[in-house]
Amino acid sequence: MSVFIDQQTRLVVQGITGRDGSFHTRQMIAYGTKVVAGVTPGKGGQRFDSVVPVFDTVADAVRETQANTAVIYVPAAVAASAIFEAADAGIPLIVCITEGIPVLDMTRVLPYLQERGARLIGPNCPGLISPGRSKVGIIPGNICRPGRVGVVSRSGTLTYEIVHQLSTQGLGQSTCVGIGGDPLIGTNFIHCLSAFQADAETDAVVMIGEIGGTDEQQAADFVQHTMTKPVIGFIAGQTAPPGRRMGHAGAIISGSSGTAAEKMAAFARAGIAVMQRPADVVPLLKERL
Amino acid sequence: MNLHEYQARDILRRHGIPVPPGEVATTADEARAIATRLGGGGGGGPVVVKAQVHAGGRGKAGGVKLAANPAEAAAHAAKILGMTIKGLTVRRVLVAPAADIASESYVGIIVDRTSQRPVLMVSAAGGIDIEEVAAKTPEKIHRLPVDPRYGLLAHQALGLALTLYRDIAQARAAADIMQRLYTAFYAVGASLAEINPLVTTRDGAVAALDAKIVIDDNELDRRPEIAALRDTSAEAPSEVAAREAGLTFIKLDGAVGCCVNGAGLAMATMDLVKYYGGAPANFLDIGGSSNPQKVVSALRIITTDASVRAILFNIFGGITRCDDVANGIVQATRALPLKVPIVIRLTGTNEELAVRILTQAGFSALTDMDEAVKRAVAQAKAA
Repeated sequence: MSVFIDQQTRLVVQGITGRDGSFHTRQMIAYGTKVVAGVTPGKGGQRFDSVVPVFDTVADAVRETQANTAVIYVPAAVAASAIFEAADAGIPLIVCITEGIPVLDMTRVLPYLQERGARLIGPNCPGLISPGRSKVGIIPGNICRPGRVGVVSRSGTLTYEIVHQLSTQGLGQSTCVGIGGDPLIGTNFIHCLSAFQADAETDAVVMIGEIGGTDEQQAADFVQHTMTKPVIGFIAGQTAPPGRRMGHAGAIISGSSGTAAEKMAAFARAGIAVMQRPADVVPLLKERL
Repeated sequence: MNLHEYQARDILRRHGIPVPPGEVATTADEARAIATRLGGGGGGGPVVVKAQVHAGGRGKAGGVKLAANPAEAAAHAAKILGMTIKGLTVRRVLVAPAADIASESYVGIIVDRTSQRPVLMVSAAGGIDIEEVAAKTPEKIHRLPVDPRYGLLAHQALGLALTLYRDIAQARAAADIMQRLYTAFYAVGASLAEINPLVTTRDGAVAALDAKIVIDDNELDRRPEIAALRDTSAEAPSEVAAREAGLTFIKLDGAVGCCVNGAGLAMATMDLVKYYGGAPANFLDIGGSSNPQKVVSALRIITTDASVRAILFNIFGGITRCDDVANGIVQATRALPLKVPIVIRLTGTNEELAVRILTQAGFSALTDMDEAVKRAVAQAKAA
């Protein structure tokens, strides 16, 4: 078992012929992901790298290939529309890598997905990887190792840093999920924590948060009241000034709310071991496993 | 992107919200002329002169003054123009007739991250810092999450307006303003729109006296008319240069200049600088691409900051290739010799190649993040 994706994942890539889409499609295929279809309007009937059939619409791709997961690499201007299309085609898991989608677009996308029971991961996220099984998105496969630690994060390269520490010190991962750095996202920490809690192949979870919003505080509550597996937490942005967006659209301290100190305190109160720096991850996990 | 008050007032006016007159002056003479035309009593009467800067607390800083006549308006404008408020130089003032105010309230819209909806907030405690009200007396703020599929419905707006006004005519006027503000919020791609204060005047009219609008940066590509409102003179020059180079840069006041790929890792790097007893000079994310030109721009921006005593590169090569970053560093330092020490940490994709490129060019490169940060902090202190 793993979380959200596994060998049954049949992936359709939206924006497969674009610069990012084509590069990462090759990486995903090389990793062993079953990429069954691509979508680029106007290029239906072609084959990507003479193998993957390309369709004009997601609906066509689902009908012909039984794709059950979509990954989106299209530009920000059309990304919301790509999510709507995937949901309309009945795809239950949609992973949106694209950065820069206007927040007001997301206020319309999210209720649409809820009505159709579709799960969105992202946007503005690196996707997810279940080491040795499947990868959907852009997380570099070579830094991951199969194992029993679940990782969930709002960040990209910071996640790679921490996963790299885990892998090189003998702790493999069951699944790593990048939930995205935007203020409005489809899948939050609690969704991932509850999936890891239910996953028989996950023994502990590393949660990597950052300044802005209250998702980590709510997750801390969930950990305290619902989870039995150990959770290790990190918060980036202790030195971030208030009122400034730190790269991620969602990483902003508003007034005095959403600070790293507040989130770390919430973690500590909930019994989550708090990492002071990325290098603490392995020692803290080993104490608890 | 922040808009100035006068720009936000224009947007509200275009959406049919009553906004008292007011014009922008860049010189004392212009301020005098506007006061002569718009001042109370059919011209020449009292006006308020307000600094147009992207900073809160303008009043406390002396950037908002009441003037009894055009001569006083000119005198106040002369003082306020060129004044520095929170590090920002005032280049424009808004001159508006002094309103005869009977009551002040607050109306604002933000996108709430928890309900994932736009939320309308109103409070009868207007005119002051709403965050202070929210922190100290949250019960004084009424909040309504709006379903974006239907927008702000008339009865919802009226219900909120009745928490502000007992007079039904005033409540209806305020409800109409709220619905128009909601429409404007989506029309301009705002992440925050507020009227503070929403006033009633002695003759009973309801109007938006001051407005603040923040635009979601992700909206700017598709809204060129809004993007054109950007006032680069109101921003730090280094941040303008960074944006034009496609980088995210935020100036801080430490001595370790940081250059990192990815926002989360950039924050974690700054935090680690502090953990080892230093202070970061900036946040800088060179993004996911491997374009050597970005590295050149990044180094140029960091080195123009005189308080930087050491430069720290922290690159985790996933999609970003370490050799591209190494080439960028070599190119940049050839064009622009460094006056401060540089510590480079690279790990991941093409790390060996990167180390070879850097070593050949006379740099040393580390692969451990903690080691690199410790060394950069020590060098910044020694310099």
